[in-house]
Amino acid sequence: MTVYLFIILGVFAILSALMVVFTKNPIHSILYLVLTFFAIAGEYVLLNAQFLAIVNIIVYAGAIMVLFLFVVMLLNLNKETEPHKSILRQLIAVIAAGILLIVLVGSLKGADTMTIKPFAQNTGYIENLGQVLFKDFLLPFEVSAILFLAAMVGAVMLGKKDIK
Amino acid sequence: MLGDLKTIPLDWYILLSSILFCIGVMGVLFRRNAIIIFMSIELMLNAVNLLLVAFSAYHNDAKGQVFVFFTMAVAAAEIAVGLAILVVVYRNTKSTDIDVLNRLKG
Repeated sequence: MTVYLFIILGVFAILSALMVVFTKNPIHSILYLVLTFFAIAGEYVLLNAQFLAIVNIIVYAGAIMVLFLFVVMLLNLNKETEPHKSILRQLIAVIAAGILLIVLVGSLKGADTMTIKPFAQNTGYIENLGQVLFKDFLLPFEVSAILFLAAMVGAVMLGKKDIK
Repeated sequence: MLGDLKTIPLDWYILLSSILFCIGVMGVLFRRNAIIIFMSIELMLNAVNLLLVAFSAYHNDAKGQVFVFFTMAVAAAEIAVGLAILVVVYRNTKSTDIDVLNRLKG
């Protein structure tokens, strides 16, 4: 049952990721990317990482994609204004990505299949993650707050009308 | 349902995230619209996140999932600044085509 769910979600994620690249309209690309993120969140649930699945939906599909949608609508981009690469360069892009995939998958071939420990049910639970986050990773957590502050100041400064 | 998670080999997760990563690379090379390129970068970040979560779950170690949490934070900050830069670029060149931005060629 889980295997079928994995395959369905994986195929769904791959197809919608391909549609992100190949659709002409930027708004449709964004909506397909939201679908991809939902599929990836489903994979997180299959891995018993419920907290990250919810955070993935809230942060990526909720916040970041809405930001993208706002920018696309603000700049009034649509199918007509979409720039195109020449067929040759598109072909080169596909071939380059395909070769990279072959290299990545080929490097997998010699690897041993991992022996799996008995699965504890609570690795991805929020209480467990909170223990690790606020004990072992407290300093990075605080530093990421400074990062957010810097990003916020930077975005506001760039967005100002008259930078002199 | 959670009990038979072990029936999915770890290789499948590596394969899935490799494919998603390569689709992201293809998107960066394929499109000229800078917003789509940003989205492809997000796709690559998500592929790596999926791999980290898979390894974390299979090793039964929560640190990998905390790392994904930090990746999401960095991605959010990056997108906020990146889209602000894009809006400024659009204001100056009236397009989001990255091939217009070739003045650094010298």
